[in-house]
Amino acid sequence: MSAVVTDHDHDHEHHDHKPSGIKRWFYTTNHKDIGTMYLVFALIMFFIGGAMAMVIRAELFQPGMQFVEPNFFNQMTTVHGLIMVFGAVMPAFTGLANWMIPMMIGAPDMALPRMNNWSFWILPFAFLILLISLFMPGGGPSFGWTFYAPLSTTYSGDSTALFVFSVHIMGISSIMGAINVIVTIFNLRAPGMTWMKMPLFVWTWLITAFLLIMVMPVLAGAVTMVLTDKYFGTSFFDAAGGGDPVLFQHIFWFFGHPEVYIMILPAFGIVSSIVPTFARKPLFGYASMVYATSSIALLSFLVWAHHMFTTGMPVAGALFFMYCTMLIAVPTGVKVFNWVATMWRGAMTFEVPMMFALAFIVLFTIGGFSGLMLAITPADFQYHDTYFVVAHFHYVLVTGAVFSIIAAAYYWLPKWTGHMYDEKLGQWHFWCSLISVNLLFFPMHFVGLAGMPRRIPDYALQFADFNAFISIGGFLFGASQLIFVWLLVKCARGGEKATAQVWEGAEGLEWEVPSPAPYHTFETPPVIK
Amino acid sequence: MTKTRSLRWSLPTLLLAATANATDMPLNMTKGVTEISQQVYHLHMTIFWICCAIGAVVFGIMFWSIVRHRKARGVQPAQFHESTKVEILWTAIPVIILIIMAIPATKTLIAMEDTTEADVTVLVTGSQWKWHYKYLEHDVEFYSLLATPKEQIINKFAKGENYLLEVDRPLVIPTGKKVRFLMTSDDVIHSWWVPAFAVKKDANPGFINEAWTRVDEPGTYRGQCAELCGKDHGYMPIVVIAKSPADFESWVNGEAERIAKAKAEEQELLAMNMGMDELMSVGERTYTAYCAACHQPNGEGLPGIFPALKGSSMALNDMPGHINIVLNGKAGTAMQAYAKQLSLKEIAAVITYERNAWGNNTGELVQAADVHAVLQGKGE
Repeated sequence: MSAVVTDHDHDHEHHDHKPSGIKRWFYTTNHKDIGTMYLVFALIMFFIGGAMAMVIRAELFQPGMQFVEPNFFNQMTTVHGLIMVFGAVMPAFTGLANWMIPMMIGAPDMALPRMNNWSFWILPFAFLILLISLFMPGGGPSFGWTFYAPLSTTYSGDSTALFVFSVHIMGISSIMGAINVIVTIFNLRAPGMTWMKMPLFVWTWLITAFLLIMVMPVLAGAVTMVLTDKYFGTSFFDAAGGGDPVLFQHIFWFFGHPEVYIMILPAFGIVSSIVPTFARKPLFGYASMVYATSSIALLSFLVWAHHMFTTGMPVAGALFFMYCTMLIAVPTGVKVFNWVATMWRGAMTFEVPMMFALAFIVLFTIGGFSGLMLAITPADFQYHDTYFVVAHFHYVLVTGAVFSIIAAAYYWLPKWTGHMYDEKLGQWHFWCSLISVNLLFFPMHFVGLAGMPRRIPDYALQFADFNAFISIGGFLFGASQLIFVWLLVKCARGGEKATAQVWEGAEGLEWEVPSPAPYHTFETPPVIK
Repeated sequence: MTKTRSLRWSLPTLLLAATANATDMPLNMTKGVTEISQQVYHLHMTIFWICCAIGAVVFGIMFWSIVRHRKARGVQPAQFHESTKVEILWTAIPVIILIIMAIPATKTLIAMEDTTEADVTVLVTGSQWKWHYKYLEHDVEFYSLLATPKEQIINKFAKGENYLLEVDRPLVIPTGKKVRFLMTSDDVIHSWWVPAFAVKKDANPGFINEAWTRVDEPGTYRGQCAELCGKDHGYMPIVVIAKSPADFESWVNGEAERIAKAKAEEQELLAMNMGMDELMSVGERTYTAYCAACHQPNGEGLPGIFPALKGSSMALNDMPGHINIVLNGKAGTAMQAYAKQLSLKEIAAVITYERNAWGNNTGELVQAADVHAVLQGKGE
């Protein structure tokens, strides 16, 4: 019936062929609808993964076992990691890519809209499978999100099969999303949108997409080998059959290290969009930003074994990976310097997106510093597998990737909804998040240096006070995100009308279409100045 | 009045107590007790101060800009947006800093990896969830298990000073000698870490890794397994006691004697039969220490991961199979071989216990001789 209704609209300028109700979302091939679904999905996953973090922090609030069993604790750390990486951060970036890339390059939609629908709709099933595995006898995967063999093969429960299947689906979804981004950017740029005129968010996502199609198949290979080692008698990772457990780590981290850049390069693009807008000054060193991003992507393939310094490798190998890892600090530093130079002698205002972007620059850099410390192999022997590492990757992932996603949401919300968000509530969200996230993750550096290993459900008494403190920070950070949900609901329902340009200093094609962006944009290509 | 005054007094006292307690935890990496660990500490501090200096400059400029270059002050934004000179400068300076940093790091790393000319060699084997130490130059080997009682972990008893960092039999090494560690594992990957020595090396099943240390100060040093190794990863601590070479010699000879004596006693035991009460009490103790982590104190296991012994057909009917699996383990599962971990008496007792506890009332006794027979029969 709805088809009949929409047929009437056919003569209108914006002919929105969309079924009504839930069917709109199942059948949609519209990049904006799919972008919205990705973003909502990521937010839901952020809260599910966050709830698991709360279980972890509740158990670690005091020494001794209080709430959960060690086996369940391990399931929480494992599934928390998997959900946050594959369910929250990556889909959120894909959602932003879906929404913004066509609008930024003057394209009418993504190049492969049906595949776009498919790549989103398999995701909920992947995570349903993963979450259902928690209710199997023996529970879900408990070997850490890195699923090192043979803990994940010979010594794991039968939920491993579900875990492998769900990772396969996540990987297929990511690969399809990445192909779509690449094809769109290569083919659908408006005339005059040359490579070096593309917004940095488009550039960083293009490079990210290449990383994705290069490494997601490697992950698929790793989980498949885990599956066949466990169920079909192969011995890829079993010395008794001629395999090597360390081989697993090489394969995993050959995927895993580019993966961490997959989660941070789009963040660089977001911050490179936001800072110039609120500094009212063009981005400093656009070309060097593009080259720096490319160098980081290339180097990401040469540093994987810095996750494995303690596995026992030849000195020459350790030195090679140490030097390459240290080198990454150079292009990353260039990016930070460029952002600061962009701010320099600008005329800054400090709306919520800018606040999150500024927090990103400072806190991501702190995560970069601890990353540089971790690169120093002899010191890494002391840091490795302690809370120092936990502090490091939460600084780059939470105050890095997640803060950038939140900044992006505030920045483009008026464009998506047509309403300004509640600035005061947004500032509350920012300050609560900023303070609590540092209460949560900063003390972890000290706990790690003092010698507390990661992934343990119980600890020696000397770590008690700091852990109580960290847990309180964790609960506050979790609660702070409820402000964000409230703000999003408010903004979706109404608010001050947003103009097309939204922000005084905003430049780019996405700010030339009305707010909210119409269902179809750039059906005829725009003129690029 | 007194009430409010005591409150006023107690609050700061409480806070002070809390901070005093917090200072129990060092806020920095340990300097450790070896030359290498000191070098590692200095590398850590050097890179830390370099990061602080860079951070102070970058964040300083950024905050200056945030304060000065804000629209609220009525400034007009500049429009400059590139400078090749500046880009080259801030690419080159970090490269130079990194090269300066890489030199001492390389030196220390090469020293750490030189395991030649060791005076003492210890084979360290990880297994779920305990360490085994074997002195290659002496007839001494033993398992080292967590000594913290379960009651402390489940908050029934007050926690001791070395909660979770205490073992039944610590590793003993001589001071002033180069001790080489060979690391391997019987099951999953473990990682042997003692912060005071700056030694952390993975124990990989089927492979052998090397590390070394030279400790000058006699003392007790504690560490933990650092690689997630399953359910009880948090419960496999490491304790190392460094003794003077003379004390070490007398300790290691004493151990060798003790182990030889235990073996001799075991042979004598073969002729003796133990009663149900003795078997059950030794069996329960052994079960709690070695079996309960997986099969649980109530014998019910963890469904889907560790099978139940209570009511299992093996524990009720198949005695030879039962003895065999305890002795030799089961390939492809987490079930370990206990032939080398436990004495014949302990194995006999624990099997008797498993066949008579939790309602498994078979009434059957297993004697050391029965276990010995299965062990011998294996070779035929």
